[in-house]
Amino acid sequence: MYQKAMRLYRLALGPVLLLLSSIGSSAWAQGPTEWRHPNQVNMPVGVTEVSAQIHSIHMTVFWICVAIGVAVFSTMFYSILVHRKSRGYKPSHFHESTKLEIAWTIVPFIILIVMAVPATSTIIAIYDTEDADLDILVTGYQWKWKYEYIDPAGENISFFSSMSTTPEEIAGTAPKGENYLIEVDEPVVIPVNKKVRFLLTANDVIHAWWVPEFGIKKDAIPGFINEAWARPLKTGFYRGQCAELCGRDHGFMPVVVSVVEQEEYDSWLTAKKEEAAQIKELMAKHFTLPELVQQGQQIYNRVCVACHGPNGEGGIGNALAKSAIVTGALDETLDTVVHGVPGTAMQAFGGQLNDVELAAVTTYIRNSFGNNMGDMTQPVDVFNFKKGQ
Amino acid sequence: MDAHAHHGPAKGLTRWLFTTNHKDIGTMYMWFSFAMFILGGAFAMIIRAELFQPGLQMVNPEFFNQMLTLHGLVMVFGAIMPAFVGLANYMIPMMIGAPDMALPRMNNWSFWILPFAFAMLVSTLFMEGGSPNFGWTFYAPLSTTYAPPSVTFFIFSIHIMGMSSIMGAINIIATVINMRAPGMTYMKMPMFVWTWLITAFLLVAVMPVLAGAVTMMLMDIHFGTSFFSAAGGGDPVLFQHVFWFFGHPEVYIVILPAFGVVSQIIPTFARKPLFGYDSMVYATASIAFLSFLVWAHHMFTVGMPIAGELFFMYATLLIAVPTGVKVFNWVTTMFRGSMTFETPMLFCIGFIILFTIGGFTGVMLAIAPADFQYHDSYFVVAHFHYVMVAGAVFSMTAAIYYWLPKWTGKMYDETLGKTQFWIAFIGFNLAFFPQHFLGLAGMPRRIPDYALQFTNFNMLSSIGAFIYGGAQVLLGFNVIRTIVAGKPVNDPKVWDGAQGLEWTLPTPAPYHTFTTPPEVK
Repeated sequence: MYQKAMRLYRLALGPVLLLLSSIGSSAWAQGPTEWRHPNQVNMPVGVTEVSAQIHSIHMTVFWICVAIGVAVFSTMFYSILVHRKSRGYKPSHFHESTKLEIAWTIVPFIILIVMAVPATSTIIAIYDTEDADLDILVTGYQWKWKYEYIDPAGENISFFSSMSTTPEEIAGTAPKGENYLIEVDEPVVIPVNKKVRFLLTANDVIHAWWVPEFGIKKDAIPGFINEAWARPLKTGFYRGQCAELCGRDHGFMPVVVSVVEQEEYDSWLTAKKEEAAQIKELMAKHFTLPELVQQGQQIYNRVCVACHGPNGEGGIGNALAKSAIVTGALDETLDTVVHGVPGTAMQAFGGQLNDVELAAVTTYIRNSFGNNMGDMTQPVDVFNFKKGQ
Repeated sequence: MDAHAHHGPAKGLTRWLFTTNHKDIGTMYMWFSFAMFILGGAFAMIIRAELFQPGLQMVNPEFFNQMLTLHGLVMVFGAIMPAFVGLANYMIPMMIGAPDMALPRMNNWSFWILPFAFAMLVSTLFMEGGSPNFGWTFYAPLSTTYAPPSVTFFIFSIHIMGMSSIMGAINIIATVINMRAPGMTYMKMPMFVWTWLITAFLLVAVMPVLAGAVTMMLMDIHFGTSFFSAAGGGDPVLFQHVFWFFGHPEVYIVILPAFGVVSQIIPTFARKPLFGYDSMVYATASIAFLSFLVWAHHMFTVGMPIAGELFFMYATLLIAVPTGVKVFNWVTTMFRGSMTFETPMLFCIGFIILFTIGGFTGVMLAIAPADFQYHDSYFVVAHFHYVMVAGAVFSMTAAIYYWLPKWTGKMYDETLGKTQFWIAFIGFNLAFFPQHFLGLAGMPRRIPDYALQFTNFNMLSSIGAFIYGGAQVLLGFNVIRTIVAGKPVNDPKVWDGAQGLEWTLPTPAPYHTFTTPPEVK
């Protein structure tokens, strides 16, 4: 019986030891860049000082827990093996010891203080958001992120960053790419070795912006602004996901940060500013109906198709073909596109698309799927419509 | 004995509808909670089946969110809480030498409103817009402005569950304070009675807070208030503060009775008195007190001021001290005992190991800066299943096997019981241990689909979950088999090491417990 129990004991302990050694070795052996790989069992050391500090506290606390666990469980298993009736062991009757009780109150208390000291200094570092080189306003939308670079001269640039994994990959009708679900159409770009402050808020429900390799996770709350910061020490792509349940597509709003050298960042920023200037120019332009419809179709297929279907037949959203709103007064259509329908999945696109895009998509839906309204909306009409609100 | 025969239960359906007998009501509570456990488990099976491999195969994300919401609500409010209330109903009068509960009619009412609450909650699945889909923590504004219309039914059912819990708790407090047998002083009460007395006070304190939270939601949704909307001068974070002021003590409401059960069973099978009874009582009281001061550790990432982060980190770490005392006491109770390993003991040992692991991850989560990585990841999912399932459910299972012979007068099948333990133990660890890795490797919780790197551990976890689910079917089978065809037991003590008043009663326990109070020396 005793030997059988001994065998069982070893059998039970084997996998535990194996696991512990795998956690230990993966923490030491891996560089930060290979962190995202199959069978990863530990958090990243990351590419910022803070993330490395977090990792080190995590490992310290982990090993303390392992040590306590080994002490407690080995005492218990010793008793289980030796102090058993089947071996004829006679029970003792002791049932209290004030000294022991005091000891195992005070010793854990001291261990907790040992844990709390580095934790306190790290949290102070995390909260030190002063003296940032760059500010980026991050806004969570159902279900994408908007990044706005705050320019001291007032020339902010902004863009949306949505998941670029296709519905076919998710449905399994197309092969899944390497960065399945953690890839976006446009990553947020920041320079290496600079202190970047992220100001976080949300447009609808609470989201949470999480980049494990920066050691950042912070809630984006509608109506409030939270702060977080990172000074990445290495270039590369760093991927994360929304961490707070935010509705249907919570699992489909990844975060991708591209950390680049300063020069590369500067030229990217210049290009972005030029792009913004071009859009401004387009705002004043008068488009023809075919131009608007053609542009609108592209936007429709990117933004609207998931809910309203490729032929406007509806799905999650209402059907657009022969819809009373789409074939009604032009202002009513525009109002719905710009402001959405509160309390439904129809979002307010007024802040998500620019005026050219809004004009094009409104014109497109009024002139497709058998809706032959023949009228069109110009960017300037959208501008005036928004202004008149 | 003859006197009891004349006051046996009524016959037919009315026995159960109109009963004021603590054993009948306890029995109904436990069967109801088992039914909810199977239902909540079925929801979990759907979740794990979808997560078996990457991509969406079985359900759409909308339905997935409904499943994870209902799984959480049904398990916490429908399975675990009523199971322990039922156990308290059945056992407390027997343990303190009382004839019944102090408020038997309220006892009937507090049970019978529960099935209606859950019927209403589950019926939302068939409503337009589907059932609640915002997680069991129902954070505003996802649960207010953006909620499906069925949220109103959800709010009403939470109100009913809260009323039921408060009535159950008042009944337990009244019973323990007023109906102890002569000579049973507070410091002579069995640990299970102590832990439930403290739990009952927690319930009375925090269930109204939950009711307040859902009422504010109701006002925001239907009556134009803005408690949780910044646009109207409110604050979505207020919701989280109110919710977790309920939610954290709730965690101890679930686990303290489990501590009590383990403290009853281990001395029996170690044939040695519980080590450090007094310190166990003080530890339980300290845990309950501290549980009111730590709620915001669920909210380290909402952007609290740094003073708040530090206060809640330190206060949370403190809870490890009394919790540690409990674990040390259990292990020392076993030390130099004369142990045997019947099914209840196996579940208790499983409880100590797994709950301690859950406690360790709890300490890790309390470290605020590290929590910035763990928060809302699968690490948290692993943590709370180690304390809720391996804590509460394992100890409830131990309790069922331990007292079943006393309840039915029949012995369960030991081989089947032990088999169930090993299947449950292996299945549970296979399901939840890999989730620690997933969380650390960056997988957020509550997602219906995941990046390819998480595939292997998710597959393992799903297989483990199916095995663990199977073990529960075995539990149901074993209990029914015992009732129908178990070997009769007549020994009042059932277990040779058992101590306490319930073991002085005949087996099976008579319909009315102590009609004349026993004398406790």
